[in-house]
Amino acid sequence: MSAFTGTTRLARLALRRDRVRLAIWTLGSPVIGYALAESVASIYPDEQNRVGYAEVANTSVVARAFNGPVASTDLGAVVVTETYLTLAVLAALLSTFAVVRHTRQNEETGRAELLGAAAIGRYALLTAALVVVVGANVLAGALLALVLVGAGLPAAGSVAAAAAITGVGLAFTGVAAVTAQLSVTSRGANALAAAAVGVAFLLRATGDVLGERAADGVRLDSAWPTWLSPMGWGTQVRAFGDERWWVLGLPVALLVVGVAGAYALAERRDVGAGLLAARRGPARAAAGLLSPAGLTWRLHRGALAGWAVAVAVLGLAMGLAGNEVDDMIADNPAAAEAIAQLGGGDELLDAFLAAMLGLFALTIGAYVVQALLRVRGDESDGILEPLLATAVSRTRWLSTQVAGAVLGALALMLLAGATTGLGYGLAAGDPAGWTVELTGAALLRLPALLVVAGVVTALFGALPRLSVALSWAVLIVFLLLGQLGAALDLPQAALNLSPYTHVPSVPAVDVTVLPLVLLTAVAAALLALGLTTFRHRDTPI
Amino acid sequence: MSVIAIENLVKTFGGVRALDGLDLRVEPGEVHGFLGPNGSGKSTTIRILLGLLRRDSGQVRILDGDPWRDAVALHRRLAYVPGDVNLWPNLSGGEAIDLFGALRGGLDRRRRDELLRRFDLDPTKKCRTYSKGNRQKVAIVAAFASDVELYVLDEPTSGLDPLMEAVFQEEVRQLTEAGASVLLSSHVLAEVEALCDRVSIIREGRVVEAGTLSELRHLARTTVTVETGRPVIGLTELPGVHEVRPVDGRVRLEVEPEHLDTLLAHLVRFEVRALTSTPPTLEELFLRHYGDAIDADQPAPIGGTR
Repeated sequence: MSAFTGTTRLARLALRRDRVRLAIWTLGSPVIGYALAESVASIYPDEQNRVGYAEVANTSVVARAFNGPVASTDLGAVVVTETYLTLAVLAALLSTFAVVRHTRQNEETGRAELLGAAAIGRYALLTAALVVVVGANVLAGALLALVLVGAGLPAAGSVAAAAAITGVGLAFTGVAAVTAQLSVTSRGANALAAAAVGVAFLLRATGDVLGERAADGVRLDSAWPTWLSPMGWGTQVRAFGDERWWVLGLPVALLVVGVAGAYALAERRDVGAGLLAARRGPARAAAGLLSPAGLTWRLHRGALAGWAVAVAVLGLAMGLAGNEVDDMIADNPAAAEAIAQLGGGDELLDAFLAAMLGLFALTIGAYVVQALLRVRGDESDGILEPLLATAVSRTRWLSTQVAGAVLGALALMLLAGATTGLGYGLAAGDPAGWTVELTGAALLRLPALLVVAGVVTALFGALPRLSVALSWAVLIVFLLLGQLGAALDLPQAALNLSPYTHVPSVPAVDVTVLPLVLLTAVAAALLALGLTTFRHRDTPI
Repeated sequence: MSVIAIENLVKTFGGVRALDGLDLRVEPGEVHGFLGPNGSGKSTTIRILLGLLRRDSGQVRILDGDPWRDAVALHRRLAYVPGDVNLWPNLSGGEAIDLFGALRGGLDRRRRDELLRRFDLDPTKKCRTYSKGNRQKVAIVAAFASDVELYVLDEPTSGLDPLMEAVFQEEVRQLTEAGASVLLSSHVLAEVEALCDRVSIIREGRVVEAGTLSELRHLARTTVTVETGRPVIGLTELPGVHEVRPVDGRVRLEVEPEHLDTLLAHLVRFEVRALTSTPPTLEELFLRHYGDAIDADQPAPIGGTR
């Protein structure tokens, strides 16, 4: 019996367990790619549009930070730039979750012990997980390449673009293989790997923001931080430009290094153990823990702290970038229009700052969904049952959870406004004044986040089994309506579905009170619906 | 006034009738055994008693309140140990115990520490590192350290070793000596035999047998093995005698308890040299009700209370 005995069987088990997930992943990415390619082709039909696009995209700090450089003025390059962030983050996170799910989660739940007692080699579990995840990445990439060719794009560029996305997935497969060995919990392993995705994004964004524009005005040469980031490598392949195939060797190398490291760690540790030892806790609870509110704070403070650090860093960076907006875009009407579309209003700087706060509000919406969906996790994990058998009413428990998520979002929003204001103030003068002004502007976005909290609560009460999928779907729809709605010329009725459409885009436009009141009322109605339906239904279901 | 009074309780999940006219009564101060295999409806009944699930029809009273409407007030007066204990992975065991105690309305610190010692549980370990048995201990300590009138225990010892099982039984006795009532769902029959005053046997969502252990035994046949000087004749004609068969020169038979007298009067005429009489164990009682699940379509031989 070798250390790999049973790998094939375990791989088949993983395929059976994840047949739906894997199908959605491998088919979903190409479908998203195709849909975005079609819409981009309709917006930028001719070379002239695309030269304008490339100039804006490679000039605007925001576009550089989020989308990365545009490789050329070919249609394919525009498609890649517009889809890269979405597809790369999807590939990174899906690979991470899948690796952890089939390695550390099996150990955490004791399934690995059961399997380990059978004729299963020491490396079989890890190897099976890697085979499945690498296979899914390659398959998704191959389908994406076919779809892009099918959309009429050149074959070489299509293959390079798909390989770049696959590369990101492979790189984070390697990262997750290591984090799954380090942490004793799957939650911890996922968090470590997701943090790596975040760092990779920030490194790439920094490198691209600091990059130099080439003499022809189109090409952007990214600075060195981009080269430290697996997310950056995908953009450096320059699909549909002068393809640099050798760059694809970098993610493969990271995968190999990660897998080798994971095998070395697996060799040295016991099943179920991790390198990061489980810490001990107090023998008695502090008085502050002994209430639903205390428990909520305890359970959320870690994630909240992580979010706070990320928000503060991004806020400062965006604020500092705000000072360059005028210089860079003043003589580029196309770029100005792009920012005005996102931020609203005529004043370029105000539009930029408003657009940043809008992005923060959308992103912090993800915090609300993530924090509040914990209620469903607790219900299906059986943690809720003994809790509700104590003298805590359902209404009290759920409203405490909602309050926790909303207060967390409020804190993050204020922090986003304050750091953006501080960053801009430090660069342009009057830090105190700008901090106060943008903190106030950020606060005005809160009603949209209240609506998000209301939607999740209502779904948890009325449709608990679907609440996780539907909550994220709703947030993604809000995101798409906010970011692409104006660009895609969607009718106002569709845009009105998103609460983010209705919060005043301060400082670009003046404060209007009525939408804030209406949004708050909608949120209150949704919360009431959630609380009522939860009070009247069976639990756990 | 019964502590728990359930009449004709019905609960369906989709098309499945999980509880099908269940009756259950727990009297003050008793340990009531709630017996049945997995999937027979024990946990569903308990979740209805805790106000977690809503009944479709039937009467349910617990501590003289409505479990759904008065949930919060009732939960101050009872403590619950689930069968499958899941805890917050990043809290320590001690924190989880204190939290449950506080949310229930306070717990006795001296008792908590004594229970931790007796159950040999390290309260500083994080809940995620506990084994199933240790997670159960957390729930047991949190429940037993609360001074309440009713303890609802859903297969509380399925992960405990025999040593801890003994500690558990002693602690349950202490609770009842202090006047509390206990509903103990279990399929560890030895535990039920050791602890319970009365038992209810549930099958496919109905209670098929309820009473004290001796009452239940009374309904079942006693096994008699007899060795006689002369061959016994005429046994099969006696009322209430079944399954007569010779074993190694002796005769083994089953007799209904009310006909034991007639049997003995008959036997003495054949020079009895040795006689053993074995009342049915709980295992046998239990298997009689479920025997047909194994031995397909055979009706349960026990008569009586359905």
